[in-house]
Amino acid sequence: MTATADNVPAEQRSRRDRREVQAVKSDRAKDEARLGWLLAGPAFVIMLAVTAYPIAQAVFDSLFSYRLTAPDERSFIFLDNYILLFSDWVFWSAFLVTLFITVVTVAIELVLGFALAMVMHRALKRIRGPLRTAILVPYAIITVVAAFAWYFMFDINSGFINKWFSWVPGISAELDWFANTGTALTVIMAAEIWKTTPFIALLLLAGLAQVPDELLEAARVDGATRWQLLRRVIIPNMKAAIMVAVLFRALDAFRIFDSVFIMTYGDAGTEVLALLAYRQSISRLEIGLGSAVSVVLFACVLLMCFIAVKMFKVDLASGTDTGGAQGGGEK
Amino acid sequence: MSHTAKSRLGWIIVTAVVLIYSLFPVAAIFATSFKTPGDLGNQTFWPTSWTWENYEMIFVGDAQGLFLSALRNSIGITLIATFIAVVLATLCAYAIARLNFPGKRLILGGALAVSIFPVISVVTPLFNLWRTIGLYDTWLGLIIPYLSLTLPISIWTLSAFFRQIPWDLEQAAQVDGATQWQAFRKAIVPLAAPGVFTTAILAFFIAWNDFVYGISLTSTEAARPVPAALAFFTGASQFEEPTGAISAAAIVVTIPVVVLVLLFQRRIVSGLTQGAVKG
Repeated sequence: MTATADNVPAEQRSRRDRREVQAVKSDRAKDEARLGWLLAGPAFVIMLAVTAYPIAQAVFDSLFSYRLTAPDERSFIFLDNYILLFSDWVFWSAFLVTLFITVVTVAIELVLGFALAMVMHRALKRIRGPLRTAILVPYAIITVVAAFAWYFMFDINSGFINKWFSWVPGISAELDWFANTGTALTVIMAAEIWKTTPFIALLLLAGLAQVPDELLEAARVDGATRWQLLRRVIIPNMKAAIMVAVLFRALDAFRIFDSVFIMTYGDAGTEVLALLAYRQSISRLEIGLGSAVSVVLFACVLLMCFIAVKMFKVDLASGTDTGGAQGGGEK
Repeated sequence: MSHTAKSRLGWIIVTAVVLIYSLFPVAAIFATSFKTPGDLGNQTFWPTSWTWENYEMIFVGDAQGLFLSALRNSIGITLIATFIAVVLATLCAYAIARLNFPGKRLILGGALAVSIFPVISVVTPLFNLWRTIGLYDTWLGLIIPYLSLTLPISIWTLSAFFRQIPWDLEQAAQVDGATQWQAFRKAIVPLAAPGVFTTAILAFFIAWNDFVYGISLTSTEAARPVPAALAFFTGASQFEEPTGAISAAAIVVTIPVVVLVLLFQRRIVSGLTQGAVKG
């Protein structure tokens, strides 16, 4: 950077000169800071305005008994909404279902995604392109469209799954997948896994590319088996990529909404937290209670982040930070 | 690596499995969209006779009012939100990559925090506020919250892209006698453009995909986008499921996504992995 380059000859100048240079430098730094915020500010302010303000409002609203149909009867009830929530089985059921979906989908996606990443990593150049194109389709397709696609496949009237798999014990033409919790959640999770595994696979693929070839070669020369290679060399070397992928997906899975809304609308014991919040506030206009659910959901997401960063030392900003340090040094 | 017939066969199988995995559900809804009402109940994969009936229904038939307005809303709102996000994020990422100023980490951290925000948590207050100030059920009422979805990933992806640009080229061009503007346009823009373009595609996918804002902040054809409208489709009669019409509409909104993926898969992959993990 020019400012630091100026500094070296300045050292040999007289004290007065140096002071002048410093004044120029700090002026320049100030100009740079001003320009920086001028360019970056609008994006930053809009992001905050659309999220920080509403979440503060939600926390505030959650302390009131507030129904939009009767706005005049709004009254401050402090934590009563939360007490009501925590003593209601409906909430705990939604919470547990959400947690269950998150754990199961992320675990399966991690294994599947790893397999996909390995396939793409080792594929010949010629088929790598088509493979990537294919797996980007689930990633990019609208979640609602994916949900409908899966719904129609399993639907008792129009679906072909019952007919195709009628030889499997438990599956028959009369099986209504969306009538009970276990089968309904299976289809919902299958749709989620199908749609989001490609994202994990791509992140893991980037991680795989960072495993040094020399290490692999050395291990191979030492006679390591494939399984040992995977356990001892590959996985430890891409731990950061795995952690980031798991955290991002877990946070995303915990907010599941679209698929459940389309397939069951929360019936058959498939209610999730986001849908519960939606039904309370947007459908029933119970702003107070709905906001309380929203705040709990938000708190859960924050907690997951906190646990990941503190306990598993996931450095979410690592990529950009080291990049920043390097970039700053180069200039 | 030697390519024996056996490993070749192995790769053909693996490729086939991945292709089936990725495309099967899409193929299923594609096939459904060409079924006649009679076929919809007979539990087969392919239609027994192919028909355009469902597409006619959404483009010129009964579902036209619902679908065409939703399509117009989706295209308009998504494109505007993408454009604004990319312009703002380009300025922001340029500052982060090139300038030294306090608060850089705050901005990147803020973008990260916003990207993990549960949309449903902010939708209730927005719903309430939009009704008060008249933004409920308007294009602007969706464009603003869409920025909270598209800005964070745009800022991260573009910052990563911009860091890799050799900015010294600009000075080199100036030394060679180019004016500052010429240097920027001839040396920097061609290098930055692919990153900006890739970011625009990613932002488009995200805005195009939105459902929560779409169903919560709209109530009529004035602003309701396609994903939300799909949830409100009804059959020709009360006892008929609108399976055919929904499938046709779903295929129509999947076409732009598939086209973008086919044309730009390499860029999309590099954009995705750069934003999240530095690859």
